[in-house]
Amino acid sequence: MTSQTTPAPIIQMQSIEKHFGSVIALAGVSVDVYPGECHCLLGDNGAGKSTFIKTMSGVHKPTKGEILFEGEEMHFDDPRDAITAGIATVYQDLAMIPLMSVARNFFMGNEPTKKIAGMTFFDRKVADEVTMREMKQMGINLRGPDQAVGTLSGGERQTVAIARAVHFGAKVLILDEPTSALGVRQTANVLATIDKVRKQGIAVVFITHNVRHAMAVGDRFTVLNRGKTLGTAKRGEIGPEELQDLMAGGQELVALEGSLGGTV
Amino acid sequence: MSETTQLKPAADERVKKMSSFRRALIRPELGGICGTIAVFTFFVLFAFDSGMFNSQGVLNWSTVSAQFMIIAVGACLLMIAGEFDLSVGSMIGFAGMMIAIFSVTLGWPIWVAIIVSFVLCVAIGALNGFIVVRTGLPSFIVTLATLFILRGFTIYFPQTLENKTIIGGIRDHAEGDWLASVFGGKVLTGFFTWLGNNGLISTFERGTRQGDPVVDGIPMLIVWAIILVIFGHILLTKTKFGNWIFASGGDAQAARYVGVPVNRVKILMFMFTAFCATIFATCQVMEFGSAGADRGLLKEFEAIIAVVIGGALLTGGYGSVLGAALGALIFGVVQQGLFFAGVESSLFRVFLGVILLLAVILNTYIRRMITGER
Ligand SMILES: Nc1ncnc2c1ncn2[C@@H]1O[C@H](COP(=O)(O)OP(=O)(O)OP(=O)(O)O)[C@@H](O)[C@H]1O
Ligand SMILES: [Mg+2]
Repeated sequence: MTSQTTPAPIIQMQSIEKHFGSVIALAGVSVDVYPGECHCLLGDNGAGKSTFIKTMSGVHKPTKGEILFEGEEMHFDDPRDAITAGIATVYQDLAMIPLMSVARNFFMGNEPTKKIAGMTFFDRKVADEVTMREMKQMGINLRGPDQAVGTLSGGERQTVAIARAVHFGAKVLILDEPTSALGVRQTANVLATIDKVRKQGIAVVFITHNVRHAMAVGDRFTVLNRGKTLGTAKRGEIGPEELQDLMAGGQELVALEGSLGGTV
Repeated sequence: MSETTQLKPAADERVKKMSSFRRALIRPELGGICGTIAVFTFFVLFAFDSGMFNSQGVLNWSTVSAQFMIIAVGACLLMIAGEFDLSVGSMIGFAGMMIAIFSVTLGWPIWVAIIVSFVLCVAIGALNGFIVVRTGLPSFIVTLATLFILRGFTIYFPQTLENKTIIGGIRDHAEGDWLASVFGGKVLTGFFTWLGNNGLISTFERGTRQGDPVVDGIPMLIVWAIILVIFGHILLTKTKFGNWIFASGGDAQAARYVGVPVNRVKILMFMFTAFCATIFATCQVMEFGSAGADRGLLKEFEAIIAVVIGGALLTGGYGSVLGAALGALIFGVVQQGLFFAGVESSLFRVFLGVILLLAVILNTYIRRMITGER
């Protein structure tokens, strides 16, 4: 690293392999993530992006390889361990429950409590207040804390999930394709949110297929292809065309692009 | 609707107004509240003179409703956690039979018999839950197996040990037992005597008990029902664990991702359902003084229907204990009310089927409103 601050990486993934039975989803991937950067992970469908970040967030145990968190080797037995350490993940499938209220979703698994007569109760008032405040900060005006998540738009749900992770003191925020199902405006909102989060010094791992979204906020770019990576490029070192080629495995796309008349 | 909203100048106020209206509409208890009002109105209009609303009548349908409530609370929390238990009915038969065998056949003190039966049944509930979360099989299938296994044992044990399928004589054993009275006793007897003495409720007019009130106290069964409903309601809506119950049933994977111990929640809810079934069984055994191999038949479905009438979604993640209690109340009032009104009792099943269908349709509609799908 030649950049100005050069802090130590907060998380280092070293030669991670993950096998599902006979399927080799990851064949030795190494990535370092630094605080305050947006690290983009790109790759085609089935490249292994989701699998990779799931080893980072304690959902999967790597078959081989090491995870160093703040310089120390970590073994996450389940997502709770990773969350406790400060690794929060917003999954492709969001981890939001449509039937539950925004406030209940926001605090799911981290409920604030109060004691009444020696018994512990869920502190709904605190939950409601904090939820409304955090949502407002992210630019979403809720009708009320008990509005069901099911009534929010896709982008709003993403924002709730991101706000939740940041509120609970994430040091690393992993976003699995947060923009894939969104329209132009909502995508812009989510990208702006990513930028806000990064400026707070949180490391963001941003997974996407979309090179333009990646170029918009990314500081460094890692391309996964069939469970492997060719290394990490910094902003300014690589252009969108090159990234696009890397994602599809170079040659093949060039041929494809020819036949489509350069529309991809 | 649109005309009134257009008159309002501030856009935000309009949104607020809509939401509170909608919020009132999408309470899970809505169906239960409407149903309860409808049922009471009906019987007050058509069966008021039948004795249904004097002290014995009220006690009669309250007791039946309380029975439904006890098992509905367990079924409700379990359904919200995303699972079913079809073995509730068999568990009731099994628990009662175990108490009878331990006390009458083996001669243990009643309180030991009751405690051991509770431990045994809750452990079976835990096993149900453990198998469900470990194998990932639908709880429908796993507990269907338990339904047959438990019913089989409930018939087999008394037949091999006593050569009969009903074991009686429990009342003699239970005489003076401290734990037996927790399930078979009555409370507020002094209050009811006072009511009787002051002519507020009817008293026996002749015989050895002349002057005593006909209803001389509230059976512990009803007390248990009230305790369980309050406990279940507070647990679900006012605690952290309640949020986990909703989350586990709403989307188990999503809940796991954020660190909710979904498996533990589900297993605990299976145990709680078994616990409720055992309370039901113990009260019943203490009341009848006997245990029968056919006790509790079809109770699992009645519990599930009460819960669904109470607004819970069959798919989990949504529902209310108070709603389930109202569902149970509707059940008890209609079942006994038809009896008081002299209506052929088989029509009760017709009523059940119809109301179940209506409730499920209403719930589906409410679900669409909440999740915004059209
Ligand atoms: N639990 C699993 N069991 C077996 N195979 C799996 C499992 N999870 C992922 N895989 C396989 O691993 C490979 C990588 O999947 P992964 O979900 O990581 O891809 P991805 O890069 O996230 O793709 P997408 O862009 O479509 O989300 C795929 O071939 C997939 O079939
Ligand atoms: Mg993926």
